[in-house]
Amino acid sequence: MRLVLALLLLLLPTLPSAQSEEIVLGLSRNEVAITATFDGSDVLIFGAVKRDAPAPDAGPLQVIITLAGPSTPVTVRRKERIAGIWANADAVEIDEAPSFYAVATSAPLNDALSNTEDLRHGISIPRVIRSVGAPETVTDSASFTEALIRIRAGEGLYQVLEGGVDVEEETLFRGQITLPAALTEGDYTARIFITRDGMVVDEYETQIAVFKAGLERFLFELSRNQPLIYGLMSLAIAIAAGWLASAAFRMFQR
Amino acid sequence: MQIYLPIAEVSVNAFLLLGLGGIVGILSGMFGVGGGFLMTPLLFFIGIPPAVAVATEANQIVASSFSGVLAHLKRKTVDLKMGTVLLIGGLCGAALGVVLFNYLKSLGQVDLLVTLCYVVFLGVVGGLMFIESLRALRRSKTPGAVPQRRKHGLVHALPFKMKFRVSGLYISVIPPLLVGLCVGILAAIMGVGGGFIMVPAMIYLLGMPTKVVIGTSLFQIIFVTGFTTLLHATTNYTVDIVLAVLLLVGGVIGAQIGTRIGVKLKAEQLRILLAGMVLLVCGKLALDLLLTPAELYSLGTAGGH
Repeated sequence: MRLVLALLLLLLPTLPSAQSEEIVLGLSRNEVAITATFDGSDVLIFGAVKRDAPAPDAGPLQVIITLAGPSTPVTVRRKERIAGIWANADAVEIDEAPSFYAVATSAPLNDALSNTEDLRHGISIPRVIRSVGAPETVTDSASFTEALIRIRAGEGLYQVLEGGVDVEEETLFRGQITLPAALTEGDYTARIFITRDGMVVDEYETQIAVFKAGLERFLFELSRNQPLIYGLMSLAIAIAAGWLASAAFRMFQR
Repeated sequence: MQIYLPIAEVSVNAFLLLGLGGIVGILSGMFGVGGGFLMTPLLFFIGIPPAVAVATEANQIVASSFSGVLAHLKRKTVDLKMGTVLLIGGLCGAALGVVLFNYLKSLGQVDLLVTLCYVVFLGVVGGLMFIESLRALRRSKTPGAVPQRRKHGLVHALPFKMKFRVSGLYISVIPPLLVGLCVGILAAIMGVGGGFIMVPAMIYLLGMPTKVVIGTSLFQIIFVTGFTTLLHATTNYTVDIVLAVLLLVGGVIGAQIGTRIGVKLKAEQLRILLAGMVLLVCGKLALDLLLTPAELYSLGTAGGH
């Protein structure tokens, strides 16, 4: 009994120190409205580190910010030459891949985060993509995941912004993530990690709602809820436009 | 000016779409083709998801065809009777085609099949038309040559004869019904109006005069693509009205200009131009199949599209 107490006493001073640094966060916006003229958007994520005690002597404080769009399954297909023509051959279904993902760090990702912590919290891009089973015919399923990352990175949907977070006096931090114009709706999850020596000290999570607004919202809802009316409306517009153009040209000719 | 498309969920340049619509509209008015076989690949190229591109394109074709048909109606170059017969066949064909398409989709490889369909049909149609119109052009240059008499073959031996006054034909309704049916099936599989098959079929199989063919083709395309638009809107929710409006504003204006250009050209010239364009698209698609692609991998929504 006494031994246990002694152990607890020994642990006590160290326990709070693990929690002695806490994130206090601010967001430039907690919602993004997609309107007809939407052309991408910047999200500024800033905050401070709250301490009960002086900063610990461990390695420098690093901040990692991630922003993830809603995850969906994706099929990745690979073309192969079959009888002289290029056709889709193997396909791998990736169970969960975010539609958008950005990681901004205050130092190179490898310095700011250890591999085990990355595995535990799922921070780097390959760690947020979940691919469980590839069909038996595919032996190199990893190259399919790489292709997914390559294609989405090329479209600006997956971003790694090393050095994209500024940290001042080990207390204040700010980072900016640019959302591309081709954005899907949903709740985007922003996560902020502070690390020392590659170990996560504290973690904070918040949501940014991305939604269509105004005319975009109205048309989207109509197409889903009243598809027949929406379809007839599309046709009516087409016919009217066709007639108008024809009538206008006849006027010109007279 | 960037515009966000609500269904396609991408942001594109509005003027680019207006321009694309205009160019395709001119071609549509000139040749009596819906222009889908040109526009759909172009939309893929600027990053519109294929399902949305195909469905929205159908809606845009309705507008440009309607605009074109009005111009032709004024000139009395639409054979409404023939158009209706073709349309009956066409709608049956489209319904059959959708069933066939879904069956092929369940087997996989539907994308490849569609591309192969394009290459084969565009190649055959374009090639035949090119050779024929070259020959006709040469004939018209040597004065005194007697134009070939129309052949009286199987088409004229069939029962259920009907008089098509505008086309100046007295033939059985079976060949136009069959032409409509076949084009309808192909149109549904390939996701286009089918004008580029319909026009040569009417000229060479039914022996209709070229001037009437274009208006009549446009007339029946309106209904086939209108039907397709409704099907896509209610089953796949892939018609993007904003995209359609941008394309069709350019398209209807283009169609009016195109119709006026078309009237000024000689029938042989018109045909040789259409043949050249068809062969060009065919060549591009064939190259895509044969050359090593820059990116071997492609992304799709799970379950395939």
